[in-house]
Amino acid sequence: MSILVIAEHDQQTIKPSTLHTLTAANLLGDDVKLLVAGSDCQAIATSATKISGVTTVLHADADHYAHQLAEELAPLVTSITDGVSHILAPATTFGKNLLPRVAALLDVAAISDVIKIESSDTFVRPIYAGNALATVQSSDPVKVITVRTTAFEAAAIDGGSATQESVTTSAPAGISTFLGHELTLSERPELTTARIIISGGRGLANADNFKRLEEVADKLGAAIGASRAAVDAGYVPNDYQVGQTGKIVAPDLYIAIGISGAIQHLAGMKDSKVIVAINKDEEAPIFEIADYGLVMDLFDFLPEFSTALDNL
Amino acid sequence: MKILVPIKRVIDANVRVHVKSDGSGVETANIKMAMNPFCEIAVEEAIRIKEAGHASEIIVITIGTSQCQDILRSGLAMGADRAILIETEAELQPLAIAKLLKAIVERQSPQLVILGKQAIDDDNNQTGQMLSALLGWAQGTFASKVVFNDGNVEVTREIDGGLETVSLQLPAIVTTDLRLNEPRYIKLPNIMKAKKKPLDILCPDDLGIDVNSRLKVLSIEQPAKRAAGIKLADVQELMDKLKNEAKVI
Repeated sequence: MSILVIAEHDQQTIKPSTLHTLTAANLLGDDVKLLVAGSDCQAIATSATKISGVTTVLHADADHYAHQLAEELAPLVTSITDGVSHILAPATTFGKNLLPRVAALLDVAAISDVIKIESSDTFVRPIYAGNALATVQSSDPVKVITVRTTAFEAAAIDGGSATQESVTTSAPAGISTFLGHELTLSERPELTTARIIISGGRGLANADNFKRLEEVADKLGAAIGASRAAVDAGYVPNDYQVGQTGKIVAPDLYIAIGISGAIQHLAGMKDSKVIVAINKDEEAPIFEIADYGLVMDLFDFLPEFSTALDNL
Repeated sequence: MKILVPIKRVIDANVRVHVKSDGSGVETANIKMAMNPFCEIAVEEAIRIKEAGHASEIIVITIGTSQCQDILRSGLAMGADRAILIETEAELQPLAIAKLLKAIVERQSPQLVILGKQAIDDDNNQTGQMLSALLGWAQGTFASKVVFNDGNVEVTREIDGGLETVSLQLPAIVTTDLRLNEPRYIKLPNIMKAKKKPLDILCPDDLGIDVNSRLKVLSIEQPAKRAAGIKLADVQELMDKLKNEAKVI
């Protein structure tokens, strides 16, 4: 039996989320197939053969796969499940959109946000915003799983020597059309893959103040995140949000500036290796999980910290 | 055009959840329950679509115990026209829910189904996508904007890198993200009016749907707690710790 992983890519490169998913796939079996579906994506499929732990790259090329719409990809995935015991995708907006559709077409359950693989049929996943962990066992013939990327290391992008196969494409569903996107452009690292994140909360008080995090972020080579309160108040765009309903992150260093620590925020960052909290309220719940806490006005902290980084 | 809005009753978002010591689940006795926040956003969006003249009727539906009538009444008080309860004691999983909803869609023929993107109890984020699959409909998940346009619906979706806009042929499924709208407060006279609105009760057997699940929950446990850290005196001490103890900068 083989493990089928659905690659997330942007028509140019494989996204790191795919590499984390491949590590989870390798825990389930040795025969790992990676589906690269897109339009004119031969180059991505070829480069994917070098990823460590992949046995076969399945390449499906058609115009209607260009924007990775779930309506188009789901029939493709279900057409290649012969001999497949598990179907995996990252628990990103891409995977969450696609895999439940695949599971329903196969008449099996979907298992969301898996953080631990106990055995080939038993998995651990967080519920209630990470306040509880459920261990679930599936007796479905095919297990359809989205993987929380922060729970598994990234597979190496080289060292592999997978074979490549073309897959017969599915007929276009034609019920939905991609109109456009507005992607947040930033020179900084992506939130979900950054080694260091500096995150701001309502304590920053307005959008102009929020920009003061940029100077420090650039000195650290850090990504910038935000609490739900800061996003709701309009300081930064939605895709900055770290939390249960935003992005789940686990960097080496997470610096929370003016964030009180609501449960839903903690759910998104509590697996960071080192957490630093700066807050003038010493009772703020964020201090309960921070490795290093500093009770200080963030407007005093930021310039001091910035100067200290210059002298590093 | 009819809009169907499936909603779920969950532990209130402001309640701190406690895991039972025997690993069987979380404490729900005497705990405040409420409509899932994403479902409230779905009801609100349906009402706004109707207010804008694109819909004639809104049906709210939930699947659960008879106590779930309370959230249906909330949906009716917000502005839905009628309600359906599929009454069951069983804790159903998203695939079974999607199958029951499909049967209701076939009976009621809505052109649009709006659901919350996920319930804040099991955090599955599956039901809308599964229902779309079973019906063969288009899906606009994680919506932050919904616009009607010539027999299509344009949905702006919150994706990891920003926003994406897709056009869906009707009938279609939309699942709501946090910032699609701000649900209205329910006014007292509307609560009184809601009591008079129709609420039908069905059971899964009426619909001939097998709701058995092949996914078994073995245990529910509390996650390992992070050890409490230390409070530092100043920025200098922080720099020292980050550099020499944690070695992260």
